[in-house]
Order: sequence, then C-alpha cells, then structure tokens
Amino acid sequence: MKDIREDIAWAQINKDVLKSLENPRRMYWVILFIAIAMVGVAVGCEVYQYTTGLGVANFSNPHVWGLYIATFIFWIGMSHSGTLLSAILHLMHADWRKPIYRFAEAMTTFSLMTAGLFVAVHLGRVWQIYYALPYPNMRQVWPNFQSPLLWDAMAIFTYLSSSILFLYVGMIPDLAICRDNMNPGWRKKLYTALALGWEGTDRQWRNFRVTYLTIACFLIPLAVSVHSIVASDFAMSQQPGWHITSFPPYFVAGALYSGCAAIITLFIILRYVFKFEEYMTMGILKKIVRLTFAIAMVWTYLNLIEYAAVWYGHDQAAKDVLIQKATGPYAPFWWAMNFCGSIVPLIMLFKRFQTHIPMMMAVSILLNLGMWLERWMIVAPTFSHGYYPWTWDHDQWPSLVQWGIVFGSFGWFGLLFMVFCKVFPSVSMYEVKEMVYHRSQATKKLEATGKMAAAGKGAH
Amino acid sequence: MSKRHLLALFTNFDEAEAVVKELRGVSLKGFDANKDMVIKSPIEHPECESLLGEKPVRVQWFTLGGALTGGLLAFSLISASQGNFFAQMKGGKPIVPFPPNFVLTYEMFILGGVYISVLGFLICAGLPARRSPLYSAKVSEDQIGILVQSDEAASGSLKAIFTKHKALEIQEEAGK
Repeated sequence: MKDIREDIAWAQINKDVLKSLENPRRMYWVILFIAIAMVGVAVGCEVYQYTTGLGVANFSNPHVWGLYIATFIFWIGMSHSGTLLSAILHLMHADWRKPIYRFAEAMTTFSLMTAGLFVAVHLGRVWQIYYALPYPNMRQVWPNFQSPLLWDAMAIFTYLSSSILFLYVGMIPDLAICRDNMNPGWRKKLYTALALGWEGTDRQWRNFRVTYLTIACFLIPLAVSVHSIVASDFAMSQQPGWHITSFPPYFVAGALYSGCAAIITLFIILRYVFKFEEYMTMGILKKIVRLTFAIAMVWTYLNLIEYAAVWYGHDQAAKDVLIQKATGPYAPFWWAMNFCGSIVPLIMLFKRFQTHIPMMMAVSILLNLGMWLERWMIVAPTFSHGYYPWTWDHDQWPSLVQWGIVFGSFGWFGLLFMVFCKVFPSVSMYEVKEMVYHRSQATKKLEATGKMAAAGKGAH
Repeated sequence: MSKRHLLALFTNFDEAEAVVKELRGVSLKGFDANKDMVIKSPIEHPECESLLGEKPVRVQWFTLGGALTGGLLAFSLISASQGNFFAQMKGGKPIVPFPPNFVLTYEMFILGGVYISVLGFLICAGLPARRSPLYSAKVSEDQIGILVQSDEAASGSLKAIFTKHKALEIQEEAGK
C-alpha cells in the first residue's frame, strides 16, 4: 500500500489543494454550523457564570478544581501531536508525515488557544486577570517563581507563540503558491502580505531549511517541558494520588496519545470534506494508526506503573483514593477511562481495521473520550477524598454551566480549525511535491539498478 | 553599464543542473556566475543549490544569540525580582533558588532561540522582499527557473545557453 501516488503532477497538487480553499463538500458547512452552535452554548454559560459568579459552576471546597482544569490539561495534551508529526518525524526523515503535518500543526495551535481560555474561565473573576500578572512589581504582587503555575503560564506562552511561528514559517512557500494562483480579492491581498515576497530562490530555500530544522529542534524539548510542567502542577502538590514521580512522563505519553487519536479523527474528516483522498491515503492512515497504538501501549504501561506505585507505596491516603476511583461514585468513569485507553486500542492491532474508516473514526473518538476521562479522573477523585476525612465530599457533581463550557470548547476548537482549513492550505503543497519527487527518484534508481543487475546477470 | 535580466524556465532539475554547470564554467565579460545567478524552484533541492558554490547559512548564529540572550535575560530578571523580595520572610531558604529558576530560564532560552531564529531567517533570506525584476508563477507550480543578470553584451550568449538546454520559456527585462 503506497503512501502516495508517485506520478501525480506537481501542477495537479496545487490545483487539488487550492480547490479545497474554495469548494469543500457540504459536510464542511454542517460541521461549521454545529461548531458555532456549540460555541453559542459555551458563551451563554460563560456569560451566566460571569454575571452571577463562579458559584454557579458548583465549585466549593474541597472541589476547587473541576472540569475546567481537567479540560485545560486535555487541550494542552492534544497540542502535542502536532509537534510529534511536524518536528519529531521531520527530524527522523519520515516523509509520510508530509501530507498531514500542516493540519496537525494547526491542531497544536488551536488546542493551545482553547486551553488558554480555560485559565480565564476558571478564574471566575475574569476582569481581575490583570492582578495575576507578576509585573510591574509596585503592585506588591510578589510573584512566586517557585510555583509550577507560574512556570505553566510561561511554558504555555512559549509553546503557543513558537507553534504559531513554526506553523507560519512552514507555510510561507505555500502562501506564495496561493498568492500566485488567486484571483484579485481579499484572499490575494492576504496571501501576498503573508508570503512576504517569497519566490523560492536558492537563498530563501537554504535559510528556510535551516530555520525550519532549528525550530523543530527547539519544539521537541519544549513540548516535553510543557506537559511535564503541567504534570508538576499536580506532582509537586501534597495531595493524595498526585505526588508521584512518574507523573511527567505519564502526562507526556497521555498528551501524545490523545493528540494522535485526534489526528486520526481530523484526518478522516478532512479527507472527506476537502476531497483529499489522493493525499490522505490509506497507507498514511495505517502508519498513524500504528503510531497511535504504540503510544497507547506506552500510556497503558505508565498508567499501570502509576497504580502500582500507589498500591505498593506507603501513602495510605493515596491508596484510598485509588480504591475510591475503582469502587466509589467515579467508578463508571474510571473503568471507562481504562477501557477506552487500554482495551479499545487493541482493535488497532487488526490489519483490516487499520484502514476501516468508520471503525477508526469510532476508535479515535473513544480514545479521546478515554483521555479526557483520564484528566477528569486525575483531578476530581483526589479532591473528593483528601487527607482529612472532614473534607471528603463524594457527591459533588459538576454543574451544567461547567459541562456547557467544556462542551463549547470542542466547538471553539472545531470552529477555529475548520476556518483555518478553509483559509489556508491544510495540505503542504511544496512538501507533497518533495515527497512525490524523492519517491519517484528512488523508484527510478531502483529500476535502473534492477535493469543493471539483470544486464549483468545476462552477461555472465 | 546597464544590466539585463534573463529568466529561463526548465521542466526538471536535471536540465537546470546542466545549465548551472555550464554557466559556472563559461567565462563571459559582465557575468559572474557566483553573484549573478539565482535558482528559483518549487521545492528545496540541495543538490542543485550546491552547484552554485559554497554559500553559508548564518541563521544558526542568530539562534545561538537569541537562545543565550533569552536565557540570560530570564535568569537576570527573575533573580533581580527575587533580590528585591528581601522584605519577604525566606526562612533560611536561598534568595535566588537555582532549581526552580532553571525552569523559567529554560523556557526563555527556547523562546529567545525561536523568535530570533525567525528574525534571522527573515534577514538572511532577504524577506520581506519586493518582487524581483522577473518572476513567473510557474516557478511556484512545477518549473525551475534560472535568473541571471549580466551586461547587455553577455546576454546573447546566456540566452544561447538557455536555448541549447531546451528552456521552456525565456523572459527578458532590462534592469538598472
């Protein structure tokens, strides 16, 4: 099964991708409409929470963090797959990533933007966010540079801005293609401005290559540090079930896992909506599915390690929280998380399902459901069953306002993502050309070697 | 003397490479292959670029400078703030604690590295740029362009070389 047809003409690649900017299938508008409706729900809930107070979200001691923080971690995690596909696989010269890395990078950027919203939403008094900023110091804010929450803010800002730059720099040659092919209008003006006068000269390509590689090298440790720091928000606190050494790698594995699952979902959607069957091929889907399965197994291993560390450790309270998770009011969700995260991916082992689109769509959604539940199961059960029995509260349930805002965040992400894919090329045209070129060259070489070998055999 | 620009378009890299090799070998008055020749292509092609000769890339120096500046700036600012916190009770803990400060220094190291790399890229690649005297949208599609500038006297010979190598199209414009 080939990743891409080697005989696609370069002009055809331009034509196909540029067509996606103009007339997608009707499903595009359906998805966009649903996303807008979901955002509407979230905006309504947020306005209600803003005017009434954070109490309507049902936050009260001991449940000071709820779905907002769980979903914040989920979205931060989702962002990691873009880096995996565009930076790690780029350094490893895995060229099958080329038709799909652009939308994965966009996914990184928009999931970070969505995650950032939850910080503000969780504050409740959004108008006082100004006081949370550490400078200028005359306000006597006394920023605590030892707090992982401050590291979080810095790490996420660095990751978001670097991801935006990485996405933009990687898109410049494609923006020039758009500029050259668009009819006069707002699009042409936009692409002309953003392409910065790119003409594909040897000087531009030389510097582009080094810059892209350099940013890729920076993004990999950055991505790992971001989720390790998010894990430190938990691991560095004295709460039962959180103070675990393996939390940072566990969080990073979970992040890559949910991101890869989301890539499968978006791959299937974009393939259909923008008629990208020629570029988002079954061969590539198979590779992402295998990669996701491998990461799923890493996550499963780290998950079991975490349980074992608590079970065989000396912290009785942490052990009680684990037992509560498995038998208490959160049990259905905890078991669902383990089922979705560790059992469902086993379907990916079967070759015939690896390219079965409806099955992979369902599996990828279930995997992400599992990953979202994982984050919720980290946050809520610990608060409900802390060190002191008089703080226990097993019955608190997130209010509809919390659910509404979480639900809407998926719409917000979908809205940003779908608008991006309609305005900017979601398949990298120049990289697909490179892929086609290098593969066809390799095939030619192989054929030539084969012919030479055959000729040599004949001579003897 | 006024310079003349020529842009020749080719269907593939093999043809373009043959032209570059010949142009580098030819000796024409008013044409220096090292300075007066530019390849324009829809994809990056290091092999073809290397035929133009040794042309160093300096983006990584910007990266190094940016990363070091970012890291140093972060550590200095944080330490300076912590130094100002003398009014706070420290309970014997260090005023400037290295392990937690390292995290923020590390983040700023990366932030500085990325930002300044992009700035370095723009400077080294000459972006934003004005449209060059000759440009064809075909270059962003599927053709390889070779742009040369030379004295009027040499342009005839250059055109002959392009024609010999089956250029699809030759555009010509008088420059300054």
